[in-house]
Amino acid sequence: MAADDAPQAKGLQHEIVREVYRRFGESGFLFQATVDGMPTLWVEAGRILDVLRFLKNEVARPYRMLFDLTALDERVRKHRDGQPASDFTVVYHLLSIDRCNAKELGGGDIRLKVALTGDKHECPSCISVFKNANWYEREAWDLFGVVFTGHPNLRRILLPPRWEGHPGRKDYPARATEFDPFLLDQMRQDLDQEALLFKPEEWGMKRSSEDADFMFLNLGPNHPSAHGAFRIVLQLDGEEIVDCVPDIGYHHRGAEKMAERQSWHTYIPYTDRIDYLGGVMNNLPYILNVEKLAGIEVPDRVKTIRVMMSEFFRITSHLLFYGTYCQDVGAMSPVFFMFVDRQKAYDVIEAVTGFRMHPAWFRIGGVAHDLPNGWEKKVKEFIDWLRPRMDEYEKAALKNAVLVTRSKGVAAYNAAEAIEWGVTGPGLRAAGVNFDYRKARPYSGYENFEFDVPLADVSDVYTRGCLRAEEIRQSIRIIEQCLNHMPAGPFKADHPLTCPPPKERTLHDIETLITHFLGVSWGPVIPPGESTTIIEATKGLNSYYSVADGSTTAYRTRIRTPSFAHLQQIPAAINGHMIPDLIAYIASIDFVMADVDR
Amino acid sequence: MDLPSWITQEMIDIAIKVVQTIVILLGLVISAAWMIWLERRLLALWQDRYGPNRVGPFGLGQVIADMLKIFFKEDWTPPFADKAMFWIAPAIAMAMMMLGFLVIPLTDTIWVGDLNIGLLFFLAIAGLAVYAVILGGWASNSKYALLGGVRSTAQTISYEVFMGISLMGVVMLAGSFNLREIVHDQQATWFGFIPQWNVFAQFLAFLVWVPAALAVTHRTPFDLPEAEQELVQGYHTEYSSMKFGMFMVSEYVGIVMVSALTTTLFFGGWDVPFVENEGWFLSFLSFTGKTFFFMCAYILVRAALPRPRYDQIMAAGWKVCLPISLVNLLGTAAVILWTAPGATA
Repeated sequence: MAADDAPQAKGLQHEIVREVYRRFGESGFLFQATVDGMPTLWVEAGRILDVLRFLKNEVARPYRMLFDLTALDERVRKHRDGQPASDFTVVYHLLSIDRCNAKELGGGDIRLKVALTGDKHECPSCISVFKNANWYEREAWDLFGVVFTGHPNLRRILLPPRWEGHPGRKDYPARATEFDPFLLDQMRQDLDQEALLFKPEEWGMKRSSEDADFMFLNLGPNHPSAHGAFRIVLQLDGEEIVDCVPDIGYHHRGAEKMAERQSWHTYIPYTDRIDYLGGVMNNLPYILNVEKLAGIEVPDRVKTIRVMMSEFFRITSHLLFYGTYCQDVGAMSPVFFMFVDRQKAYDVIEAVTGFRMHPAWFRIGGVAHDLPNGWEKKVKEFIDWLRPRMDEYEKAALKNAVLVTRSKGVAAYNAAEAIEWGVTGPGLRAAGVNFDYRKARPYSGYENFEFDVPLADVSDVYTRGCLRAEEIRQSIRIIEQCLNHMPAGPFKADHPLTCPPPKERTLHDIETLITHFLGVSWGPVIPPGESTTIIEATKGLNSYYSVADGSTTAYRTRIRTPSFAHLQQIPAAINGHMIPDLIAYIASIDFVMADVDR
Repeated sequence: MDLPSWITQEMIDIAIKVVQTIVILLGLVISAAWMIWLERRLLALWQDRYGPNRVGPFGLGQVIADMLKIFFKEDWTPPFADKAMFWIAPAIAMAMMMLGFLVIPLTDTIWVGDLNIGLLFFLAIAGLAVYAVILGGWASNSKYALLGGVRSTAQTISYEVFMGISLMGVVMLAGSFNLREIVHDQQATWFGFIPQWNVFAQFLAFLVWVPAALAVTHRTPFDLPEAEQELVQGYHTEYSSMKFGMFMVSEYVGIVMVSALTTTLFFGGWDVPFVENEGWFLSFLSFTGKTFFFMCAYILVRAALPRPRYDQIMAAGWKVCLPISLVNLLGTAAVILWTAPGATA
């Protein structure tokens, strides 16, 4: 047991762990070493709120943002050495923007875990500390059945209200063939529809004020400006929004559950469809995370190719944002021009990857194949095409007086509010927080690129739009640098867990042949461990938290998406505005429902 | 040839008038319907795409195809709607826009009604036209339609006020509400090279008339009653088939009507500058050419501008346009009094 007493095993190398011990004493805490090096502490359920409050308010350089909160069904996990007994574990991921820099040991984050055992899986709700825990706790209850005591409205969020069971649990099957055939008879349909009816009282809303009745307007899930199957119920006084309730889950496909069914390799196409405008950018956090777990170091060429293709998708996603943003304030023409540009970008993407929107092109340990001959010419053509167009758009769209009056000061929030709601990406930077993950903690070689991070003072509809337009320009700069400095070398890492493995030597020696055969038929077996990888995705911070249990599939994959947090913020930013402001605000969030519901 | 004795000259005149009216109104509806094609093609031109180009030469047959389709669509009346009002609303929309056109002279000799209160008649019709939107929005018994109807009411009230006032300057200059008189008043030139069109003499009134004209027809950027991004389809969300088609065509009839009115009130109607006695053909070309120009301008506005928020439009109406039109009215009155014979006496 000597090893357990070593300072390393207690996490004393981390300053923040030492601070927690100093404040609360060492007993009751358990430090867990993880692959990603993020300080991870097991905390007793009764003390979690105090610890969270301490980390948020009392430490120097505080952890102001609840980045993620999720649950983990531990009941059939094999490799749990040194971890306390637990049926269900609630995992908190806090982020400190002050600490988020390359020098910080283990990242600017801390992971807290609460073990739940016994018949009742209860954990105190932390809404009193972090407002944005609301939806995360509802999700954890919805999918895992973890009860958060003290939660004001612990109801289903992703699944329909009449759903039975908690599908995230390990004893809940993932395949339709394991269920009885699904039957939708008239009675069931009526009951399901009845359950979707909005009842203001359930949300603590009144039907009338002293001198007027409110109108409740159901906007979505099918609405021209809802950007997908998104429903929001508005409590209206005239056209003024008194209060509103966003309702999500209409696009839920159980992507996290599917990760427990697919092999590490065959899950890659699923990630493409999380933020369906992000293309290969979605592969990146997943792939980087798996590579961390597998211990693969990829060649420089792979890193640079990945950066270049990711930035291409940042451009296509932002262009779509740009067009629909103008469309949603009533300008009908810009979107057509931006779609032309997107097609030009997709031409390049197609030439490189073979697909347009969902190439699923990154591989564990590399990319699917090398860049095609003549890729430089195509990329250069695209850069030369887009640059002057961006200047034109600025004149035609962003400087339009009507657009400016429609968007300035609408749905504005400051830095503190943004962090409180877990806002990341352009929405956070528009509030003046210089936090771009590519700069703060560079991944995949972003430290080698020169680009600026556009900022603004107050995050409103207008600044969020301008910021993204500028980000397109910066992405063009990054792509240009990739073009001019593409390293030579292999497009796959020479590592037994690279998938599909390099084939050259398979017919020369039996060991390589066997490794190749297993890697292709079973898929790679990733060694047990836990890891989180965050990237600056198109819409904000996207992270994958993977738990490997020494098998061909992930034991648990948690996908934290930026849009989920951004939608939760809607009521706080829009109440008191009018319906057209809501539409402009929704456009400025830049979300897709696939990214929210997963 | 001898006519039977019971056919009097009066009857022949009436018959000619009736035929003329039918031809003009048919021409109006047909040109309005084809304007849908024009709009789609022009928008496409400005938006880097093709637009409908498959049916007939240049896609001109698209309108016929669309009409056939819309006639055979299921004509669905929502069970929760107020049936009578729901049915009558599109008819009002169509009828009012066509009535408005009746008082507009195409040339000095081609016209339907030569009312001495022509402009007042138009203002009355424009006021009544809003009933189509209000009733459509109300009778649909749907929240989106209702919001569209409410917006329309507010918008109409704000915009009718200064639209009327802005046009009074034109009336004062011509000394008549009769639209032919107003055109006649614009036929001279200043200094021999500036046509005496009201767009110069009444420039402020024209500035105010432009947004009002857009607002009357519910076109971008004043399409708040049907703001697609916000209210789905606004007041006609629940309409289908030909009832929807009537709302749609009436919008285009409205555009033709208002463009024709702009021509008449501010751009000398059928007048061709520097030409004496144009003759009916040249006059007709002049009138339709100018009207066509304004129809295209409508489409360009739609392609170019975003939509302001509802309260911003109200504010612009009451705080900017109304004062301008009042200043214009007072200024015009002062100038007329100043220059009137005997004013200095």
